[in-house]
Amino acid sequence: METLFFLIITLVAIVSALLVVTCKNPINSALALVMTFFCLATYYVMLDAPFMAAVQVMVYAGAIMVLIVFTIMLLNIRVDATKRHSHKVVLGSIIGFFTLVNTAFIIMRSRVAMPNGPLTGEMIRQQGHTELIGREMFTTFLLPFEITSILLLVAIIGAVILAKKKL
Amino acid sequence: MDMITIPAVNMTPILPEIFLSVLAMALLLINVFIPSGQKSYLGYISFVGVVAAGVLVGAGWGAPVESFSGSVVQDNFATFFKIIFLLSAGLAILISDQYMEREGCNHGELYPLILFTVVGMMLMAAGTDLMTIFLGLEVMSVALYVLAGFNRANLKSNEAGLKYFLLGSFSTGFLLYGMALTYGATGTTRIAKIAAIVGQMTVPSANIMLVAGMLLMLTGFAFKVAAAPFHMWTPDVYEGAPTPMTAFMSAGPKAAGFAALLRIFLVALPTLQVEWSQLLWVLAVLTMTVGNITALRQDNIKRMLAYSSIAHAGYALVGFAAGNGTGAAGILFYMLSYTFMNIGAFAVIILIGKKGEANGTVMDFAGLGFKQPALAVAMSVFLFSLAGIPPTAGFIGKFYLFSSAVQKGYIWLAVIGVLNSAASVYYYLRVMVYMYMKEPTEDFEWTRITPPIALSLLISVAGTLIPGIVPSVILQFAEQAVKLI
Repeated sequence: METLFFLIITLVAIVSALLVVTCKNPINSALALVMTFFCLATYYVMLDAPFMAAVQVMVYAGAIMVLIVFTIMLLNIRVDATKRHSHKVVLGSIIGFFTLVNTAFIIMRSRVAMPNGPLTGEMIRQQGHTELIGREMFTTFLLPFEITSILLLVAIIGAVILAKKKL
Repeated sequence: MDMITIPAVNMTPILPEIFLSVLAMALLLINVFIPSGQKSYLGYISFVGVVAAGVLVGAGWGAPVESFSGSVVQDNFATFFKIIFLLSAGLAILISDQYMEREGCNHGELYPLILFTVVGMMLMAAGTDLMTIFLGLEVMSVALYVLAGFNRANLKSNEAGLKYFLLGSFSTGFLLYGMALTYGATGTTRIAKIAAIVGQMTVPSANIMLVAGMLLMLTGFAFKVAAAPFHMWTPDVYEGAPTPMTAFMSAGPKAAGFAALLRIFLVALPTLQVEWSQLLWVLAVLTMTVGNITALRQDNIKRMLAYSSIAHAGYALVGFAAGNGTGAAGILFYMLSYTFMNIGAFAVIILIGKKGEANGTVMDFAGLGFKQPALAVAMSVFLFSLAGIPPTAGFIGKFYLFSSAVQKGYIWLAVIGVLNSAASVYYYLRVMVYMYMKEPTEDFEWTRITPPIALSLLISVAGTLIPGIVPSVILQFAEQAVKLI
């Protein structure tokens, strides 16, 4: 049952990902991207990571997609169908194909040799994924968590400097 | 549900980072109250702040202190690199003022951004967790993207910012993917634990997930240090970015990339050294050769120094490929001297240049030797050092790097390095030929040398000559610094 579900989701994910790059209208591409994000969220649920799934939907399918759609609409991008194919498509396809083969090879050959960590699916269901992540964030990864605030501050300053009309 | 016990946190190791972050935020607030003509005061404050941070960093020299349950450490390795970052930031602040005034983009936000870049670089050098290193790198990069595009009225600067941002984000993807795979293969992001787990593997190179992770991390960092074939962004970004920021990003962030690379590869993955050593061999040869050969044909001086900075990353990679103590100490020494000589050269370029990035070609140096002898002598010192001619720091650094390759048995790598170094003499000396042997093409007014830029030139000349004449002092520090990894 789970395998069948996985296969269906994967099919949808691949088709919508392909639509993102093949659609001529950017709005359609954006909507296909939302679909891909939802499929990814489904994967997280299947991997016992419900918190990640929720974040994926809220942040990516929600906030970021709204921004992308807003930008497309504000910029009023014209559909330019004539210049869509250039000689770089061939080169890109070749590189893409080899990357795909390479990735597949790595995944097939990869074995996780390490002993399992303390987190099991059972434990996640008992304690709650959100709590476990929060616990790690404020103990093991306290410093990286704090650095994130600086990162966001720098990004805000940068956006203001580059975009403000008059400084 | 039990309470979360927040681990005991020792703030001392990240005191300089905290100090600089607070200072940067304070400067952002002060900036609001300073009228637009007098933003230089922010520069003076931040320069004093950088010096103060240098004192804080220097006080940490000695036994390593870990903090935040092993995600950051204060050891001599990090301290040495932090000094390099602070020097590059301090010199960049000194040379910014005049240029930014001339180009009409002396916005107060410049200085906080430089300080935040330093915070990011410091975390990269001090981080002992892949997460800390990654976030440090992102803080550094995001600030640098903005600094590259800081001259908003200039199209080339816009191009530099956007190009750096797009390609940089792309390379970050590689880096993060590599870190994720390494985490998948070892189950931890702590560098010490990765080292322990990889050390237990009988044949670590058979663990293909780990090898893939290593390769992707190498790609991500190779982009940041501008190693070929990941160097495509360098000339455009270095040319378009405001000159003081070009000087800054060619020195500090390059050193930061090497700091993180050295820590990850020498501490976490020493058992894979046979594999990564060969890769770095190829990478070093490619980087040196591409950088030097392309630099031969450049007339724009900023572009020329951009290609030259690629070549210099290649020289440092020679020491990295050797992967022994001499090589690592050589990289530390070289990054320090490169900071002085490169920022010094850019300071002279700023003085030669005129509004709107005019006067940016090698030909514009014609007759400098007669009009401004002191400036020409300073430039000659920097160029000699970049070319690796004794008695400058550049010579000692290269000597150390190449001798580490010989020690390791990579004779050909050293030979290729020396040949490259010889080829580079052509384009460095070409500038000197113009300075001393050509008549000035036009009789333009020379920009006056303001005290801050004069100070930066003095520091740079001293920093280029003193380690070249008495290298042992700094080399001792560098050797002590790499002893811990």
